[in-house]
Amino acid sequence: MKKLVLPALLALTLAACSSTGPENGAASVQDRGAGVATVTAGSASGSGIAALTDPNNILSKRSVFFDFDSFVIKQEARALVEAHARFLVQNPQMNMLVQGNTDERGSREYNLALGQKRADVVKQALMLLGAKESQIESVSLGEEKPRCEDRTENCYAENRRGDMLYTGEF
Amino acid sequence: MIKTLHAFRPLHAFRLFLAGLLASLALGAHAQLSIEITGTGASRFPVIIPIFENEGRLPQSVTDVVRADLERSGLFTLIDTGPLPMPESVPPDLAAVRGRGADAVLTGSLIPMADGRYDVRFRLFDAHKQQELGAMSLPMSPAQNRLVGHRIADFVYEKLTGLPGYFATRIAYVIKSGPNFELQVADADGMNAATALRSREPIISPSWSPDGQRLAYVSFEQKKPIVYVHTLATGQRRVVANFKGSNSAPSWSPDGSQLAVVLTKDGQSQLYAIGADGSGVRRLAQSSGIDTEPFWGADGHIYFTSDRGGSPQIYRIPAGGGSAQRVSFEGNYNVSPRLSFDGKLLAFITRNAGRFQVAVQDVATRQTTILTDSARDESPSFAPNGRMILYATDTGGRGVLSAVSTDGRIRQRLTVQAADVREPAWGPQIR
Repeated sequence: MKKLVLPALLALTLAACSSTGPENGAASVQDRGAGVATVTAGSASGSGIAALTDPNNILSKRSVFFDFDSFVIKQEARALVEAHARFLVQNPQMNMLVQGNTDERGSREYNLALGQKRADVVKQALMLLGAKESQIESVSLGEEKPRCEDRTENCYAENRRGDMLYTGEF
Repeated sequence: MIKTLHAFRPLHAFRLFLAGLLASLALGAHAQLSIEITGTGASRFPVIIPIFENEGRLPQSVTDVVRADLERSGLFTLIDTGPLPMPESVPPDLAAVRGRGADAVLTGSLIPMADGRYDVRFRLFDAHKQQELGAMSLPMSPAQNRLVGHRIADFVYEKLTGLPGYFATRIAYVIKSGPNFELQVADADGMNAATALRSREPIISPSWSPDGQRLAYVSFEQKKPIVYVHTLATGQRRVVANFKGSNSAPSWSPDGSQLAVVLTKDGQSQLYAIGADGSGVRRLAQSSGIDTEPFWGADGHIYFTSDRGGSPQIYRIPAGGGSAQRVSFEGNYNVSPRLSFDGKLLAFITRNAGRFQVAVQDVATRQTTILTDSARDESPSFAPNGRMILYATDTGGRGVLSAVSTDGRIRQRLTVQAADVREPAWGPQIR
């Protein structure tokens, strides 16, 4: 497991460094002590373990899709959620981030709240199947990270989903 | 970066457009907003703003800025009187002003000061009543032409409309260009755009502190929504809300000490207040559904979106606590409430036959009017004087900002070349 934790820590450390230091070359906006200094945000990224990325393993699949205006896990996603719950039970040191997503229609912040509902539903299903509450954080990306950017029903359907990420992947 | 723009003085109608184009070519990432006027007031006030005496000594014009501001407001027509100044010290020939078809004239002079600055003196006259409406004097360094121009435009606007001007204010917005996001701040005329935050992950919901020095916003740079407060002048950022779950929708209290935010640490999206330094979180409301998009109004109420009644509607609660009162009643999707600074008008987004449009409600009478005919409007935001509403919309699949007057007549569109613009927030009036 050391293999896993180390890159995650490293990523977090890097992110912490890069998100605090203002860059040089700040542009001034107006002279009432109100210029604007440019900051570049850092981000966390890492890698998982083999089973989680092996395309032949169900654990490599991470997305649970939802119908329009729905917050119910469909029958077809059952096996996937069960497999991830089993993995979390068997690997209590692993943590998961569930990211809820929506299609782009409507208010960004309201969609963020709707995405949260989807993430919560996935989290609750995993907990019912034995995963610990402390292992899972459910958050929302709302409509901000569309997987598909066309304005078609197929695209919208692809964007209405919950994604399961493991330690080191977020 | 503004200097190169003013080296060009093409036809007036194209100036703003060209300025934006040239700026985006010259500055690359520092893409400039260009503003296009798409609708004006029913009757516009004809005014004469001649060049100020000694203005030619400045590297950049002041009165060009004044004229552009007034023209862009949609409430004025500028009557050109050629290159001759009308000095502030000389009473203007108001009969001649009337003869040109103007109702008002601004006379002005720049008086050189010992320290290299200028004392800008100006007087506004009503040509029909044949009386002076006011006079003012502003010291300026030669580089302050834009700021001083905006202040003069505010003066003219206020004297002639009775409402405070909004030209010396700033706006914030987010630009998405490919995979890159930039939180930018620009003057209300789209000039002087500067990037406050650059990120590979989304940035949403910028909210101005009442002093205009800081922005609160939501950044996804840590793969989840976290609320930050960002001091613009220094670039210093502070995480204000990073609880387990999602943290979003910041709105400043009118005194600048707290933020209303949405947290999911205790379950569904719910409203909390938190110190602007991240201290002392407390619950503001409790519901079994979603509560989000708080807007902390100057009237002491927090307006928000909730689906507690089944569909998303706008409610309000007293900021000090109390029961929620429903505010929107028509339709089954009303979101993103924003109260004008005087508390008289509530702007929000309503879904009208499948189209998301900007609506405004008279808070006293509850009368609601839809102001736009577009389909994907989002994130309304009042100008400090409550006259214009800035919002995000979409033309041809591209995100643009638009502004509409609260009577629906005056319309402007703000675009950035080859990028999506979204999430606008109009900053406060700083006196």
